[in-house]
Amino acid sequence: MTVDWQVFTPWSALAGGLLIGAAAALLVWSAGRIAGISGILAGFARRDGFSAWRIAFVAGLLAAPWLVGALAPQWPLVGTHWSAADYPRLIVAGLLVGIGTRLANGCTSGHGVCGLARLSLRSLWAVAVFMGTAGLVVFAVRHVPGAGA
Amino acid sequence: MKARETLGALAAGLLFGVGLIVSGMTDPAKVLAFLDFAGAWDPSLALVMAGAIAVAHIGFRATGRLAREGRADGRLILGSVLFGLGWGLAGYCPGPVVVAAGALSPAALVMLPALLAGLWITERWLARGAARDQSK
Repeated sequence: MTVDWQVFTPWSALAGGLLIGAAAALLVWSAGRIAGISGILAGFARRDGFSAWRIAFVAGLLAAPWLVGALAPQWPLVGTHWSAADYPRLIVAGLLVGIGTRLANGCTSGHGVCGLARLSLRSLWAVAVFMGTAGLVVFAVRHVPGAGA
Repeated sequence: MKARETLGALAAGLLFGVGLIVSGMTDPAKVLAFLDFAGAWDPSLALVMAGAIAVAHIGFRATGRLAREGRADGRLILGSVLFGLGWGLAGYCPGPVVVAAGALSPAALVMLPALLAGLWITERWLARGAARDQSK
């Protein structure tokens, strides 16, 4: 394991993390809800799921890049890692992330941030498994000859 | 009460999204560089989580919402494996893909509908199973 000091951004990572944690605290305080993005999105599959708080939260997520763009136009927003040739991979990945996070009842936010912050043992298992699996996938794609796409 | 709920959720969504952008997590290249433990490793995501967990912990403790859930089960493990496969392939998890779609990133706009389809199909399937169990 070699840290790439050229790309490591400790201060912005920590600052962003503090904002995310504050957002989770604000949502539980104001609406009594857990800021798990996959769970919130899954709610729209239910007829009673279109509640005001859920719509408002997702609207905030969608509006965030526009707010950052207005306040700090130089700040990089989303990167340009994938091109049109990668779309099939992204569709497969999207299905896997959707099915997986619903079965597991949570993703990086619900288990990773909120679950660990709530000291949930279930969430610790989930994080260890999804992070370990994702690490293996990246290892296979980048370091196993012939396995990469 | 309703206004506080809705406005609080809107502000929380904005704050959450801004946090993801500031931390760099809406760029899949940065997330994949964290997951590449054997390569030139970028530890940033670990610091994002540490900062977020520390602050959120205070919020959950203050509102009496610390965990009461039980143990991990097969469904949790299987779901986490599938999620990890997709996350490792794309470098997008649900929060960043929504924010990047808001920024009209073409890659996120391609992935988000597939993610929603996966979520909603599974949600319907689980709800049908639960209804069947109740009618037994």
